[in-house]
Amino acid sequence: MIEAREVTKRFDGTDVIEDISVKFEQGITNLIIGQSGSGKTVLMKCLVGLHEVDDGAVYFEDTNFTQMRRHQRKSLRKQMGMLFQGGALFDSLNVEQNVRFPLDLYWNSSYKEKLERVNFCLEKVDLAGVNDKMPGELSGGMVKRVAIARAIALNPKFLFCDEPTSGLDPKTAKRIDKLIYDLTSEFNMTTIMNSHDMNSVLEIGYNIAFIYRGKLWWTGTKEEILESDNEELNDFIYTNEMIKRFKNK
Amino acid sequence: MRFITYLGQYLQYMAEVLRKPDKGKMFRKQVFMEMDHIGLNSFGIVFIISIFMGAVLAIQTAAQTDNPLYPGYLIGFAVRESTILEFSPTIVSLILAGKVGSRIASEVGTMRVTEQIDALEIMGVNSANYLVGPKIIAASIVNPALIIVSIFLSLVGGWGSTYIADVVAPNEFLSGLQMWFVPYEIFYALIKTVVFAIIITSVSGFQGYIIKGGALDVGKASTKAVVYSSILIILFNLLLTKLLLV
Ligand SMILES: Nc1ncnc2c1ncn2[C@@H]1O[C@H](COP(=O)(O)OP(=O)(O)OP(=O)(O)O)[C@@H](O)[C@H]1O
Ligand SMILES: [Mg+2]
Repeated sequence: MIEAREVTKRFDGTDVIEDISVKFEQGITNLIIGQSGSGKTVLMKCLVGLHEVDDGAVYFEDTNFTQMRRHQRKSLRKQMGMLFQGGALFDSLNVEQNVRFPLDLYWNSSYKEKLERVNFCLEKVDLAGVNDKMPGELSGGMVKRVAIARAIALNPKFLFCDEPTSGLDPKTAKRIDKLIYDLTSEFNMTTIMNSHDMNSVLEIGYNIAFIYRGKLWWTGTKEEILESDNEELNDFIYTNEMIKRFKNK
Repeated sequence: MRFITYLGQYLQYMAEVLRKPDKGKMFRKQVFMEMDHIGLNSFGIVFIISIFMGAVLAIQTAAQTDNPLYPGYLIGFAVRESTILEFSPTIVSLILAGKVGSRIASEVGTMRVTEQIDALEIMGVNSANYLVGPKIIAASIVNPALIIVSIFLSLVGGWGSTYIADVVAPNEFLSGLQMWFVPYEIFYALIKTVVFAIIITSVSGFQGYIIKGGALDVGKASTKAVVYSSILIILFNLLLTKLLLV
């Protein structure tokens, strides 16, 4: 479980996210949704400590992550995997080296064992055999999948995905959603995923937090979201005019 | 005021860079890779510049001392002194600031805007140390070697020019090259070079590291990297010369 308690983050004096308290459960896919610019990425980076929060605190299980010092955080970092919005694969390394990078950092085992783990992770994301390709030679969907493989290399307890499906066609997007969902239940991870894709919400939104202009506006599940009468949330969900009218009837 | 914050930011970054590496083996691997990048890739340009620099230096010195009373070997001596003391360490370092500095800034900057630095941090890596530390060490080893080669080539260039330009007898020039040699001057040149190498790599890495924004900012950062490291090289050149030579 991961919990944000009254988290606030400011840039140059303005609150980008404000007083957010929310819990993310283990074993299911937790979604943070909201418009572009609403503060999803900033919130996620606060959770993982890439941004220091200005107020409030972040808890992993029952330990206060915000108050930890650098070396204490490091042991928790081993248990975190993160997929960045653009993939963030290391340009100068090939696929295998990218996925092996966290293993090289924390495993003291032989190359053969690491390679086995790399191949296992690549198989999980359906990319067996692309070991020698450079990131520049991959398609957008492949980049995201390699990034997922790298994120799960150390078998993390906590998985963070920043818009894993943005910029992908609906079919590939669905595949990635399913992949993240399956990995989450298989390894009983606490997964947090940013999205503004309604398909993802309806597929795997078991615990949803809707962020509106930096504030937590609504929480619920994928079943509840369609029944909600929250105006801003409905505005976000029903972008299509026709569906909106249909809903209002 | 802004300068103070900037300096503070730089010092904070350097404190991170100079920390103990997270994983020695990976750090050492980076050092070797960077030595290859900086050293081998810069050899060509250093070669060409040094040869021509020495040749021009010899011809100009000879032209300015076109006096029958002035012994020819003094030209060789003057070329050697200015090559060792100033031209090789400073000019070549300035060229490297342009070549290596802009590459470092755009490499680190691209990693910043594409969140690769965040990816390192999330894995628990001290990114400043891992990315910039190896570059500083590599340049501090490779640049002095390049300067030694440059000094040698510059003198060869000067000597070669005496055949072509017919300004002074080649053997007179050669004996001038060997006159009144003070080994300390080489030491002085190398100290300068190492300081310049640290400036080039750390300042350029810094420019890339602090980028906020997108690809456009990467371009700006690499320009700034070249300008700032060149200015600092000139300043430290004066400072070190004052400290070490007088
Ligand atoms: N490092 C920063 N410095 C200043 N402002 C920032 C910084 N990072 C984000 N912001 C601002 O915070 C706000 C929220 O940004 P954020 O990236 O969290 O949006 P998002 O919800 O992830 O959007 P998207 O769906 O487009 O990725 C934006 O207005 C952005 O300009
Ligand atoms: Mg975002």
